Amino acid sequence: MQTTLSKEFAPRSLWQRWCWLIWVAIIIAIYAWAIGGLQFSGLQSSAKTVSDSIVKGLLHPDWAYVYNGSGEDLSSLTIQTLAIAFLGTIVSAVISVPFAFWAARTAHERFYLRSGSGKVILTLIRTFPEIVLAIMFIKAVGPGSYAGVLAISIHSIGMLGKLFSESLENMDRGAEEAITSAGGNAPQVFVLATIPTIMPEFISYTLYRFEIAVRSASILGMVGAGGIGTPMIFAIQTRNWPRVGIILLGIIVMVLLIDTLSEQLRKRLI
Amino acid sequence: MQATATQTNPIISFKHVNKIYDNGTVGLKDINFDIPRGQFLVVVGLSGAGKSTLLRTINRMHEITSGEVLVDNESVSDYKGKALRHLRRQIGMIFQNFNLVKRATVEKNVLSGLVGYYPTWRCVLGLFTPHDRKRAFQALDRVSLTKKLFSRADELSGGQQQRVAIARALMQDPKIMLADEPIASLDPRTTKAVMDTLKRLNREDGITVIVNLHSVELAREYADRIVGLRSGELVYDEPIDQVTEAGLNQIYQTKPEA
Amino acid sequence: MSTPEIPQRPWRQRYHVSAIAWTVTIVVLLILSSMATGANFGMFLANINQFTVLLVQMSHPAWAYLSVIIQPLYETIQMAILGTTIGAAFAIPFSLLAASNLVGNQVLRNLIRLFLDLVRTLPDLLLAAIFVAVFGIGSTAGVITLAIFSFGMVSKLFYEVIETIDMGPLEAMKSVGASKVTIIWYAVLPQILNQFVSYFLYTLEINVRASTVLGYLGAGGIGVYLQRSLDQFNYSATAVIILATLVVVMVIDGVSNHLRRVLL
Repeated sequence: MQTTLSKEFAPRSLWQRWCWLIWVAIIIAIYAWAIGGLQFSGLQSSAKTVSDSIVKGLLHPDWAYVYNGSGEDLSSLTIQTLAIAFLGTIVSAVISVPFAFWAARTAHERFYLRSGSGKVILTLIRTFPEIVLAIMFIKAVGPGSYAGVLAISIHSIGMLGKLFSESLENMDRGAEEAITSAGGNAPQVFVLATIPTIMPEFISYTLYRFEIAVRSASILGMVGAGGIGTPMIFAIQTRNWPRVGIILLGIIVMVLLIDTLSEQLRKRLI
Repeated sequence: MQATATQTNPIISFKHVNKIYDNGTVGLKDINFDIPRGQFLVVVGLSGAGKSTLLRTINRMHEITSGEVLVDNESVSDYKGKALRHLRRQIGMIFQNFNLVKRATVEKNVLSGLVGYYPTWRCVLGLFTPHDRKRAFQALDRVSLTKKLFSRADELSGGQQQRVAIARALMQDPKIMLADEPIASLDPRTTKAVMDTLKRLNREDGITVIVNLHSVELAREYADRIVGLRSGELVYDEPIDQVTEAGLNQIYQTKPEA
Repeated sequence: MSTPEIPQRPWRQRYHVSAIAWTVTIVVLLILSSMATGANFGMFLANINQFTVLLVQMSHPAWAYLSVIIQPLYETIQMAILGTTIGAAFAIPFSLLAASNLVGNQVLRNLIRLFLDLVRTLPDLLLAAIFVAVFGIGSTAGVITLAIFSFGMVSKLFYEVIETIDMGPLEAMKSVGASKVTIIWYAVLPQILNQFVSYFLYTLEINVRASTVLGYLGAGGIGVYLQRSLDQFNYSATAVIILATLVVVMVIDGVSNHLRRVLL
């Protein structure tokens, strides 16, 4: 009792008392550096007129663009965007499965060489900017939505592979143990226990990744990889604000719809 | 101890079995005893005493460090591949957490007990013969769950899931049934149903049953013989008619910090 | 032993109706998507040599370029820090209003949540393109883009944290008649501060990643050089930029992960 009391009332050391000041100093220094380093262009003289016309354009969207039968209108390009996201996500989900087994840490692994290397590869893929991938694929297959599909397929492996491998690490191994103890060989254990146990989680993560891919697919067009982004960047460059307005609306509606749908499906899965 | 040691043809025998884990912990220490055919054996002891390890050395779900485990007078330590799978398919096993595929139907779970008898490709495609589907139904009938044949496993209560696990083990046509804390996650009423089912398989089919239990009362109610483990050592071994309260208490006398 | 009749499987299960329906749906969608996107695996293989040429060039990074991109790399981090801070500052009042345990008014709460949902639907590059049009080329557009992007994300994370707090201290203060602001300052803030800082750092990590590409559309930072090198087919410079970005992202991730672990 005596000792705990004396401990509580012991005067705090100088370091403990002033430690927070050092933190404050560090934070102030960081912000000073951040603010000082940026050259603020200031408001352009045209900023006011531009924002006025943007607001006006957004309030009076170009409804005629929703559908005009040209195949280059909002509805066809929205569908194309969804197609890019869907195809890219499915391809990526399939490729991610072997990556996940590569990167998943298992109990009897020595020094985690295999899983460690897999995790590094997945981090590299994740950090490689999707836009750069898209541009690289445009060089290979030409501009258009196919390049977008390839970019999303490859980039998503980074995240899906990570999520899949984590669910493999945390999965319930009970069913596998049961099949092994009943005399099953490795492929039987895999098909009868591993797959049915892990599948719902994999599907749920794939749906989640699809939500993100829809957002990606809608901007990849800005660099020429197909979808709704292409007319968007054209409209911005030509200051066609009513067109920008309707495309923005289209993207918002599409993303909200897909998010809600995917959330419903995921809820039913788990 | 002498009562069982004189049995001429034990189905399982442990000879100087030691198990030391990679991190140096002693799992089992010089275990020596025989289990005669058709016995209902209950292993009691505190958690961490090595009950699970002991059970799993029989079907080689755990490896031993030294000594020998004999099943049907044959040492199982060197079994590999096919031989090991053939050993395992004669030994049914049920678990504390049931270990069913929760999202599959009860029928599928029960049929998965046949893996040891089916070629891989038929398992993968789910091509089980009508005869075996009928057997699955009969296995479920023995645990009184035929109504649930096509339900999903996770729709069942804990006790029902454990009975499905027993039916799955029955598909293996086992000579030995290992049960690792089968009732630890169940309430008292379903506990009785599960233990009664195990007892019935033991009496009617002559399956040798080895159960790990926490509860000494249940052990006295169902066992033919009780063995006790304490920190990996066999400290108690009596046929049921010689089990006394005082003897059992001695199993649980451990170092004060436990 | 008399066994009762084996019951028939319900027809839905017998013919695997839902499994088949899902498979068919997905296959049909895949076929339609391939048609809509003109995906053609053969074409990719036919052009694979072009792709490998590109990769070969990228595997010889022009390290001399590093001196050129140091400054823009700093700018990228500065943009991320300011953008995240502004976004988080705006997120605090909105997250307080969106938390169901603090605000009883369901209409107001749902309106705010709807607004936050709408903000979150907008992809960062799209915002960047619009703000470059408004503010001109430069880091201002980048900072504002990141501020809005982090505002949407942080508000949601924050109000979910607020909803998990222990209501005991709040009720104690309410019973002695403390004002709303006092309650928030003394009963809410201490409970959530660490998690707020943790989420702030997490958002900062994401923003550093995002800010590296914003420049591609003219919103400042390293992305400007990324676009320049790609347009000039100077892939060995591109490689240096990507590698440098990777190092920066990993360092920031490491520092932020460490701080978050200390905090929680």
